[in-house]
Amino acid sequence: MTLCTGRGFAAINYPIGMNLGGDPSQALVHSTPDGKFKVALSSIDLGQGMKSVTRQIAAETLGVPISDVYVDTADSDTGPHCMGSFASRGTHRVGNAVIRAATEARRAMLEAASEELEVNAADLDTDGQGNIHVKGAPSRSITVEETALAAQFKQGRTLSGRGIFLIQPSEADPDTGEMSPVSCFAHAALIVDLTVDDETGEVDVTEINSAYEVGRALNPKLVEQQLIGGAWMGVSHALYETTEPYYPAREHGPTDFNDYLMPGPGEIVPHNIAILERPAEDAPFGGKGPGEMCANPVIPAISNGVYNAVGVRCHDLPITPEKVLRGIRANGGARPQGQPTGRR
Amino acid sequence: MSKIPVQFTLNGTEKAVFVDPGANLLDVLRRGVGDLSPKYGCAQGTCGSCAMLIDGELRLGCLTLAEAVSGARIETTGGLQTGEEPHPLQTAFMEGFAAQCGYCTPGMIMAAKALLDRNPNPSRDDVIEAISGNICRCTGYQPIVDAILTAADRMRGRIA
Repeated sequence: MTLCTGRGFAAINYPIGMNLGGDPSQALVHSTPDGKFKVALSSIDLGQGMKSVTRQIAAETLGVPISDVYVDTADSDTGPHCMGSFASRGTHRVGNAVIRAATEARRAMLEAASEELEVNAADLDTDGQGNIHVKGAPSRSITVEETALAAQFKQGRTLSGRGIFLIQPSEADPDTGEMSPVSCFAHAALIVDLTVDDETGEVDVTEINSAYEVGRALNPKLVEQQLIGGAWMGVSHALYETTEPYYPAREHGPTDFNDYLMPGPGEIVPHNIAILERPAEDAPFGGKGPGEMCANPVIPAISNGVYNAVGVRCHDLPITPEKVLRGIRANGGARPQGQPTGRR
Repeated sequence: MSKIPVQFTLNGTEKAVFVDPGANLLDVLRRGVGDLSPKYGCAQGTCGSCAMLIDGELRLGCLTLAEAVSGARIETTGGLQTGEEPHPLQTAFMEGFAAQCGYCTPGMIMAAKALLDRNPNPSRDDVIEAISGNICRCTGYQPIVDAILTAADRMRGRIA
């Protein structure tokens, strides 16, 4: 038995969002009488942090403390329309809609404040601490709470805003097939180190080193945790998980978690991440968002690593011990590729 | 069939409920008593999201007959905090970003508590072993293991 070491590399361009006939997201923002702002969305947070990020975006755009902003994604029946949380579109599409809604709500807030302070709304600014003041004269100010009360109980106006962000439908050119369904790309490059047991066919990923470029990391801790968890899903997809192990035959397919092979904490892979920030022009504060691209480069990198270790090219997933062993047998033994002498 | 009276303590509070014969404890806690902190995942003992402590032992609510816990002492994440103060495990999970969707979190925390109750100074391998019956889809487990080790450090500091 030999443990063959291998190293695999993969790099990806990942399109943010998708577009099958137009890709719209809407957001609605309104204030309560005491000057707290509610953001209504219909994309939900699957745990990767869309609520946190849209809350940051709304607070920054409105110019109010983040503690005064609440994001509500409770009900897509009553909320504004959105295509949903998929295709890595949350930060980019929903974030842009929130900026537009919050910009309109900020304008209404400054107009209400201008009426109370008897100055032109264009001369007003926010301090991000819950106050609105005359530019250059911080002492001439009114709180956001007082503004909201006056707007609602004296002026009879709402501090609210509507926002929609739409990526136009992209039709394929009939001659060339060319189309441009997305407006920005995220990028990643990833190196996987692994071992392959040439007797059992088992693949063990030992280390991942990666660089992900996600636009501006609007919430760096959330980005990091999403990348680590998402890359691990890529490992799982590459080596373990399937509902049809002998696709298209259904035989031996799992029917529950007893049979479905999902790795546990014992299969943790050490992962060192460098997060690169190249803000995109049309993205909210430059943030493209990680999403599915966390997992994407891991799979080809593992496939390349297995080839590097034993010379077996697996063309379908997951790369099971059975497939690796069959490949080694067909080759008449393990054939490490292009490795310096003594590396095995 | 007639219902069966069952009494137990849940997070220090006496509970008395009538349960159907064969009802599992997870259903009784969630629907009968209203403690929604243990989560309903696979209902067949493979995901760990309903893990809880029964008389100090780590058990799965979905595989435990409700009528078998008469007189038992049940602990769930719903009772971990002291007043407004979260349990050190809860704090470490929050600060260490050890939850994404959060569905596995109550089970993870109870599995971790079971470990720290009997071994306040666990190794990384001890932690991995302790949560090996719990599945997490989002985090890749690394932040969870780190959070449990952080909590263990802080709890030892508190006692020392």
